[in-house]
Amino acid sequence: MAGTAVRRRLTWQVATVVAVNDETATVRTIELAAADWAGHRAGQHLDVRLTAEDGYTAERSYSIASAPGEPVTITVQRLDDGEVSPYLTTELRAGDELEMRGPIGGYFVWDADHTSPLLLAAGGSGIVPLRSILRHRARSGATAPVRLLYSVRSLPDVIYRTEIDGLADGVSVTYALTRQQPPGWTGHRGRVDAGQLEDVAWPAGRDPVAYVCGPTAFVETIAEGLVGLGYLPHQVKTERFGGPGGP
Amino acid sequence: MDVLDGNAIGGLLHEVFGTEMTAATATCASCGATGPVAQFVVFMRAPGTVARCRNCLAVQMVIVQCKGMNCVDLRGLARLEAA
Repeated sequence: MAGTAVRRRLTWQVATVVAVNDETATVRTIELAAADWAGHRAGQHLDVRLTAEDGYTAERSYSIASAPGEPVTITVQRLDDGEVSPYLTTELRAGDELEMRGPIGGYFVWDADHTSPLLLAAGGSGIVPLRSILRHRARSGATAPVRLLYSVRSLPDVIYRTEIDGLADGVSVTYALTRQQPPGWTGHRGRVDAGQLEDVAWPAGRDPVAYVCGPTAFVETIAEGLVGLGYLPHQVKTERFGGPGGP
Repeated sequence: MDVLDGNAIGGLLHEVFGTEMTAATATCASCGATGPVAQFVVFMRAPGTVARCRNCLAVQMVIVQCKGMNCVDLRGLARLEAA
């Protein structure tokens, strides 16, 4: 690529694991320290590359969980048939090194000077980049009102639960528990449908912006639902993690 | 491999184009639909990476890594404009 007009080269670098923290039975947050980190925007991701002794490499993208200005952290969901996530969530220790490059992305990002009402819709580990947005909003003193819709299998699967339950100051949180509800649960059961989305979403007339992240099927359902409620395509930012049917 | 979207190839596209491309605006040569690269329908083991139009599913980009080089086919795009 020498000689081309690059604004900022995206190069692989070695990062050191500073700390690991289990969020749920299958989800771990990993704090990284990298010598050459330009700083990130809320919603961006980074690529991780693992190389086996025989030279085989595997790359995966992980959303950045921390706010701009905070140490870089990623939150990884273990996929039992995965090549990378089982290592990151069970074997990686503080002091270990891994290859990464980033930050990456300029579409699924939110900056603190945005004042439009925010609808944040997460399916499962799709909460990770939205948590970066929420932390950035709190740290920067931004006043954009937020509604968070978090679809997850059961309460024990909620990532960052203490932090989310402590959200206040213009943030309202709605959980949708798709598989298992605790006794006495009065909130939403099952997958989010058009009716519940309409209850939670800002009216299109308030010029909202939606950030929707999660398994592909979840994202498609929410994005189509929002368009049905009158949201314009540029008001619905989506990021799909792939995966099976959804949380 | 799962079906992803254009966000997932942000790193690869940065490597190829030398700048952030997920917010770039792409115009499909087949149907004329215009939208951000982040909205492409992306398959990452095809072999290589294949990005398709979200509206008509026509191939927009094919990127195959071979011997340390990226071979890039953009014939499916009428226009690609960095943000």
